Amino acid sequence: MNSIQTLVELKNISKNFSETHALRDVSFTCKKGSVHAILGENGAGKSTLIKIISGVLKPSSGDLIVKGQPVQFSKPSEAAKAGIVCIFQELSLIPDLSVAANISLANPPRRFGLIDNRVQNKTAESLLAKINCEDVDPRALVRELSLSRRQMVEIAKALGKNPEVLILDEATSALTSRDVETVYDLIGNLRDDGVSCLFISHRMHEVEKLCDTLSVFRNGQHVETFAKGERSDNDIVRLMIGREVGAHFPPKPVYARSNPHLEIKNLTWETSIKGVNLDLGKGEIVGLGGLDGQGQKELLLALFGVLRGLDGQVLIGGKPTRPNSPAAAKSDKSSIALVPEDRKTEGLMLPMSITDNLIAASFDQVSRYGFISREKEKAAVASGLAKLQIKAGHASDAVATLSGGNQQKVVIAKWLMTDPDIILLNDPTRGIDVGTKKEIYKLMRELADAGKAILFYSTDYAELIGCCNRVAIMYDGAVVSELSGDAITEQAIVAASLNMKTSGTAA
Amino acid sequence: MNETIDRLRISLSQNRGFYGALLGLVVLYLIYNSLHPRGFSSAVLVQNANESIVIAFIAIAQTFPVLIGGLDLSVGAVMTLTATIASELVNGSPGHMIAGMFLTVLAGTAFGLMNGLIVVYGRLQPIIATLATGAIAMGLALFVRPQPGGNIDGDLNWALTNSLFDFAETYHLFDDGNAAWFQIIAWIPVPLVILFGILALVWVPFKRSVTGRTVYAIGSAEGAAYMSGLPVARAKIIAFTLAGFFAGCGGLFLAIQTSSGNADIAQAGSYTLNSIAAVVIGGTSLMGGIGGAVGSMIGALILRVISFYFRILSIDPLLQSLVEGIVLLSAVSLGALRTIQVKNRLDLFR
Repeated sequence: MNSIQTLVELKNISKNFSETHALRDVSFTCKKGSVHAILGENGAGKSTLIKIISGVLKPSSGDLIVKGQPVQFSKPSEAAKAGIVCIFQELSLIPDLSVAANISLANPPRRFGLIDNRVQNKTAESLLAKINCEDVDPRALVRELSLSRRQMVEIAKALGKNPEVLILDEATSALTSRDVETVYDLIGNLRDDGVSCLFISHRMHEVEKLCDTLSVFRNGQHVETFAKGERSDNDIVRLMIGREVGAHFPPKPVYARSNPHLEIKNLTWETSIKGVNLDLGKGEIVGLGGLDGQGQKELLLALFGVLRGLDGQVLIGGKPTRPNSPAAAKSDKSSIALVPEDRKTEGLMLPMSITDNLIAASFDQVSRYGFISREKEKAAVASGLAKLQIKAGHASDAVATLSGGNQQKVVIAKWLMTDPDIILLNDPTRGIDVGTKKEIYKLMRELADAGKAILFYSTDYAELIGCCNRVAIMYDGAVVSELSGDAITEQAIVAASLNMKTSGTAA
Repeated sequence: MNETIDRLRISLSQNRGFYGALLGLVVLYLIYNSLHPRGFSSAVLVQNANESIVIAFIAIAQTFPVLIGGLDLSVGAVMTLTATIASELVNGSPGHMIAGMFLTVLAGTAFGLMNGLIVVYGRLQPIIATLATGAIAMGLALFVRPQPGGNIDGDLNWALTNSLFDFAETYHLFDDGNAAWFQIIAWIPVPLVILFGILALVWVPFKRSVTGRTVYAIGSAEGAAYMSGLPVARAKIIAFTLAGFFAGCGGLFLAIQTSSGNADIAQAGSYTLNSIAAVVIGGTSLMGGIGGAVGSMIGALILRVISFYFRILSIDPLLQSLVEGIVLLSAVSLGALRTIQVKNRLDLFR
């Protein structure tokens, strides 16, 4: 009997990516007709879990059992055949094809072997009507649609595959509130038809409203599964954290707030930044926290002059300054540096030498009459390598030959050569070893002591607690909470990140 | 009625490049004919069709690799190779000629298939893989025909490069082309019938097949295509194979037209480069995912019509390259207007 009731079962599943364990010995079941929430911090293994269930990744060890049969999916289409359909965060739509073509992409209706556009449009129309999206023309190209409409098309595409298990990975994050209601109704209807939903959301009120079962993941392990209402919000947060905070941070001097050097007033951009207010003083490290994708990256890009069509005000040293390109941002007027999100594509020119990378942002300082001066270059590179203790064979080696930690040091050293007043850091310690992390924390504190203003986005809460004088938590494109001093606790950060009002949250 | 207008409106807004090129061609060609002393006559149309058909085939060939975001630098060389093959095979009895034409196109198709296999399973960049195989094709062409020449059937040459009337007369069809009903279409040039016929027989089914859709999906978002379970490898191979097929058609017609084969390296190179220009002018994006073979054909015809102007207006033919360059630059600039709307400048570099 039990085998009919259990749709998907994981037995001792592990997944390793070279050194790191994304999932460790996870056992987990999903019952027929249940709406099952999966909760966890950034990097808890939620995404890896659903990628394994939906056939994107193969587990390193363990068994995946669907409807009582052990299965091994080698690609997503095989999982779809078994009734498991996932709506991914990163959209799987083809921008240059029509909505209807996207909805029945892999398996279109055919007549005499050719795609039957009429039937295809009809199918799309009826699926879109099911989710109250009659306003979407099936013949329109996906690239003409707004992000929220695309997300709904993605849902229609998933429905078209007649799922038995529907996985929603943050599927509501880009939706309008009307669409969210539609999706709620849809999930209810599907449940009544015996379809199971695995629901990943960072919005606790959605989880409360929709789900009957909750599972908490932490550090790649399945911590606990319980029915809704068995645990309080505070308990859930504790289950999600439950790890000790590393003690390798340099001491934080008491910061006396003075006139802010950087002031952001009601900054708005498209749909990702919705009126951010924040200030930053010289000698201060301000953390940007919150769950992934709440507008933190866009905020850093906005300050660095990458985004077009910004609204709001940015004051630097009391004067309105809004650089319109990275070149303008690094100029003396604003003197901003950004350590970008993706080291390999935005931070470094991988095939070029360490030297060339180090001086890439400060050519004017090492040149004379428009030509790079060998001596100046040599001196600058030597001081950069020394300051960050970069372990490199030779400065003329390609930067690709360095380890991840040393590569990141090169990125930081490159920007320190411009002697910036404001340093923006986009998750600078991601994917690097503990020793290098420690050095970067120390360097950040030294820079702050030397009077730099540092804005530090990190997905690791322990870092925010250990390094920052103040932490601003972003949620849905705005700063929802600022914590400072002793109020920066893991409990408070997690609660604020979920936009929950729990006890002990000092806003 | 409303339905039709609605559909047309959507099609117009989604294929601006294509409709712009089509309008450009119609306007250019109408003006050309009004300026021509014997304009709007079957003779002029026949001559123009003969001058345009080969580059049109090569441009259509180039479209498929471009749609997947690649480039095929071997199309001109494959055309030359197949032309030399045709110059050896297309003669003798009718059965022998038909078999020769079939083998010629088959050779082009096989060469395209080889390109596809190399790109997919050899994991090479299309541009460098086809640069190499293009050189191989030239080498084979020189091997087949070290000196220009050949003996293609004279009747076939006459029948296929003139109007339908001449075709019927040559092969004693429809009362030697004098049947009353036949007169309505007798003026149409045979090359145009061949071009449109092959395009309709191959392109239309292709575009409505899962493979065709996958070709577009690969150029548009290869990751999403894979994640949706589309046959990515197969579609890439077929894209290059079809490029070889159309290059073979171009080579066959070139040989029939000139009654000979000639392993001309400069000619092969210039057809390859012009095919890329034609594809872009016809509204196909070099990034892939947008455009189509009909547009490329129109792009090729635009390039040719421009050169016709030089004849009737007695402009120095030395300026032709300059004018073609300006046309190409303007066409590409129109396509680049879209990037002005990008809000996150970092997206321009991704």
